Amino acid sequence: MINPTEYLPKSYHTRLSTYWWLTRWAYLKFILREGSAVFVAWAVIVTLLQIHALARGPAEYAEFQNWLRSPLVLVVNAVSLLFIIFHAVTWFNLAPKAMAIRLGGKRLPNLAIAGPNYIAWAVISAAVAWILLRG
Amino acid sequence: MHKRSNEPFLWLLFSAGGVVSAMLLPIHLLLFGLAFPLGWLDGPGYEKLLAIARHPVTRIYLFVLCSLPLFHWAHRFRFTLYDGLQIKHLNELINILCYGGAVVGTVLAAYLLWSIP
Amino acid sequence: MANRITLDVTRYDPAHDEKPKFETYEVPLRKEWVVLDALNYIKDHLDGSLSFRWSCRMGVCGSCGMTVNGVPKLTCATFLSDYAPGPVRIEPMKNFPVLRDLVVDTSDFLLKLAKSKPWIIRQVEKPLDEEYFQTPEQLEAYKQFSMCINCMLCYAACPVYGLDPLFSGPAAIALAQRYNLDSRDQGASERLDILSQHDGIWGCTFVGECTEVCPKKVDPAGAIQQYKLTATMEWVKSLVLPRGAE
Repeated sequence: MINPTEYLPKSYHTRLSTYWWLTRWAYLKFILREGSAVFVAWAVIVTLLQIHALARGPAEYAEFQNWLRSPLVLVVNAVSLLFIIFHAVTWFNLAPKAMAIRLGGKRLPNLAIAGPNYIAWAVISAAVAWILLRG
Repeated sequence: MHKRSNEPFLWLLFSAGGVVSAMLLPIHLLLFGLAFPLGWLDGPGYEKLLAIARHPVTRIYLFVLCSLPLFHWAHRFRFTLYDGLQIKHLNELINILCYGGAVVGTVLAAYLLWSIP
Repeated sequence: MANRITLDVTRYDPAHDEKPKFETYEVPLRKEWVVLDALNYIKDHLDGSLSFRWSCRMGVCGSCGMTVNGVPKLTCATFLSDYAPGPVRIEPMKNFPVLRDLVVDTSDFLLKLAKSKPWIIRQVEKPLDEEYFQTPEQLEAYKQFSMCINCMLCYAACPVYGLDPLFSGPAAIALAQRYNLDSRDQGASERLDILSQHDGIWGCTFVGECTEVCPKKVDPAGAIQQYKLTATMEWVKSLVLPRGAE
């Protein structure tokens, strides 16, 4: 900070607005990405509620199923799913930036790291689905 | 000479939670939150689900599924409160609420998974 | 294409103005002109009191950073015709105090930069008649981060720096990495002590705008995330290995 002098009376300090994240699309995307964490927490809460109902017996679990079918919960879960997928995609796309892996002098392209992550995502999701859906 | 921050520990939890959330939560929420309730697919039914859940490996899997994403949320939410709401002066309170919340969720998950019959 | 374009330019005279205001100028719209040319036209023909920094006019000195239609840009590297029909809004770089018109106080950046110790640090100096050899691969390891021209556009784009003046900022951290990764340097540990702090690398939330606006493709966001990974591995090592085994 330059101290005010006779020749430099004062400088003007701008303050970042509380709504700085609305001023540019890039900033809004960032906040949405960070906001997806809230829906991650919600998914965990739903899972915890599910485990709780499961442990309590078939009647409790059936009631929990009904709760899942209520319109509000369906909407919330649908929105959550969109945000959680958004989290996954942004996560896989950003993870390579933290890793500067060099092979033969040249740095691995981002896709070389993101690609396997996407494949793992597909394989793991398929495995979970198979466990739950087989007879 | 500064002592290096212990932030790496929290960043590790955040990263692990990020990976778990990305890999596992979408399919879980798709199936249990939409596909089964809406009848797009037939769910496993109570008995089958209980049989899967009570297996020790499943319990550990579910513990990881419920705990690490909460720490991911805690870390991200803490920074969002700092930057989004510019309330950094409340950072002690924010840290307690965020990481504390994740710890509470973790303990709850452990208890619930223990209490599956 | 029309042959005139309107510029709305921030004016601020600290001796007379409470806060900055806009003044409108009409300048020729020449196909090959950059925004800097338009500003110089204003200064030469319309209003000699307009103050702004510039030097090389070819994107290597880092002097002419300003905010053009809300985006941090080097005015010597931004074509005027891209904004036709206009008007074009030209403001000083964000997140820095405004000294006058389009000139900002950059001293905070210089402090942060010095904090990173952006020079080769040796524990053991070589004698003067012995060179440091470096292979092309070793150069490749840090070259991208060495392209920084200290233009501070990344600071103007970084909301964390805007919100927290203590944050070291993208360029300072990227330049620390440039030296950390240099095979001739032995100062990585020293820099990590300084930067593995909340006002260092851990303040970054990977918004990524710094990388987007960088005119030299330095990718400071990538540098910071890599640095976080390095700091974390050092932290794990310090837990596992006995203390003082540096």
